[in-house]
Amino acid sequence: MRKILSIALVVLLSACANKTINPDGEEGNQANTGAMSGENASGSPTVNPLVDPTNILSKRSVYFEFDEYVVSDKYKSMVLSHARYLRDNSNLSIRIQGNTDERGSREYNLALGQRRADSVKRVMTLAGTQDSQIESVSYGEEKPRAVGHNEASWTENRRADIRYQGE
Amino acid sequence: MISIIALYKIFFSKINSMWNSLHQSFSTIIVLIFCLFSSPLHAALDIEIFGGGASQIPIAIIPFAAEERLAQSVTAVVRSDLQRSGLFRMVDSVSSVPHEPSEIIYPDWQMRGVNAMVIGATRLLPNGQVEVRYRLMDIAKQQILISDMETVSVKQLRAVAHRMADSIYEKLTGDIGVFSTRIAYVAKQGKRYALKVADADGFNARTAIEYTEPIISLAWSPDGTKIAYVSFENKKPVIHVQTLATGERRAIAKFRGSNSAPAWSPDGKKIAVVLSKKGGSQIFLINSDGSGLRRLTRSSSIDTEPNFSPDGKSIIFTSDRGGSPQIYRMAVAGSASRVAERLTFEGSYNVSPQYHHDGKSFIYIHRNDSQFNVAIQSLETRQVQLLTDSAFDESPSFAPNGKIILYATEIKGRGILAAVSSDGRTRQELSTQEGDIREPAWGPLPKWRRKF
Repeated sequence: MRKILSIALVVLLSACANKTINPDGEEGNQANTGAMSGENASGSPTVNPLVDPTNILSKRSVYFEFDEYVVSDKYKSMVLSHARYLRDNSNLSIRIQGNTDERGSREYNLALGQRRADSVKRVMTLAGTQDSQIESVSYGEEKPRAVGHNEASWTENRRADIRYQGE
Repeated sequence: MISIIALYKIFFSKINSMWNSLHQSFSTIIVLIFCLFSSPLHAALDIEIFGGGASQIPIAIIPFAAEERLAQSVTAVVRSDLQRSGLFRMVDSVSSVPHEPSEIIYPDWQMRGVNAMVIGATRLLPNGQVEVRYRLMDIAKQQILISDMETVSVKQLRAVAHRMADSIYEKLTGDIGVFSTRIAYVAKQGKRYALKVADADGFNARTAIEYTEPIISLAWSPDGTKIAYVSFENKKPVIHVQTLATGERRAIAKFRGSNSAPAWSPDGKKIAVVLSKKGGSQIFLINSDGSGLRRLTRSSSIDTEPNFSPDGKSIIFTSDRGGSPQIYRMAVAGSASRVAERLTFEGSYNVSPQYHHDGKSFIYIHRNDSQFNVAIQSLETRQVQLLTDSAFDESPSFAPNGKIILYATEIKGRGILAAVSSDGRTRQELSTQEGDIREPAWGPLPKWRRKF
């Protein structure tokens, strides 16, 4: 009897350890974020979720339409996953880098890129991330990922990237 | 309250130093500082001239006596300077080569419509220096307009020629010459960005600093000794001020978020900057050493690209507070600084404003359909004139005499500089063999020429 009880206790406790409760009442684990490093139940080291391609945290880019800076629904859950991760790891910080396509004044584009970075930051702080963990900056049109002078390149460059410290 | 602020500041500086040390250990940025004379004496920029008008002054520039013995021809530089202004038409000598007024056969020249003539002589001195004598002649009145002489080292021959061109230009047009000024620009080659400073004719280009991260928004200090610029070496935009003579530089705006668009006040004591530290992009005023900070604009829109009026009392800037980027003006001091007056009303995209040195007009970039062109607008009449017709013009910069506008443009995908006269009649293209050039900034008049 005691053995069954203690086994049940261990099972219960380990089950609890794997769940996190979000303020909005949802149970955690839904984006499979996990802890930064550590061991799972079987004892082998886990992959860093920030670079694990199967983890949504490895996705870092929010794309925008021309002249747009609101984070569309398509990217909300990715941004919110990062928000939760930062909330759970208050020692971490990120820089959000805003970008634009090449058309127009460099300084005005720097400000547009800033607007995009600020917009992503706002989604995260509204979800509970500390303001001090996020610095939003802009590259404007200066560091394009795609260098063609066409719509395909411009679309790729209208983007905000999330970079964790050290990256 | 004070201790909370102090704790906040300590926390931020810890995060900042954490970022810095991490970036230093992981970065592959190469920072090279060349502040000494290192460039060969050929043009870094090739210049092509277009247009000009019927109202050009016909002038004959006769090669100076003994000039052919010098390593550098003086009249070649004078000729090139005056030609580039677009206001002169060169008339070549056919038979006679006068060096003294007594050698001039006036009827021959008058018959060919020549109004003015430059004659002179050079003499190599025993100490290696060169004596340069010249006269500017009025052919119609058969009079000497200018008679001058300078003794210079061989290295200074181009400079003395530029000074001659300035004097000739001023005498014949009544305007201040800018041939002794310098221009700054950014040259991009592959992944390297170099901030270069050259003579206004493209010669003697020197690299002030070179990075593997972008450099934008160059701004000369009014006394011509320093250049402020935005660099991305810290993986975000930071404003630096660099002293040209020594290469010494200092980050004067490295606040949290982005720091950009530096613009010097006319007395050189303050710099208007755009910071995102309070959210968005807003204009602040900071001392030129980076101390002190005062917020100027207070809007929830984008306010950027500030530019001081010549009297230092107001700024014009780009703002999209009205829904699209347009140009506004506001006072710098006092409570009036909250109110901004809109200046541009044509089109949905007007950016990058720069005051004329007389404070009565300004240039900017106007988007017309999908084309970006240089425009000039009178503050009094609100009249707008488009000065260029190319596809992608940006970063317009006035020459200190307000007669020429330098700007960046593109030909076949390559970045080049171009210049257009403020009446739109003459155009020049300045290109380089290697890579792209962009972000031009015309330097101020040298101290010894400043009249306004």
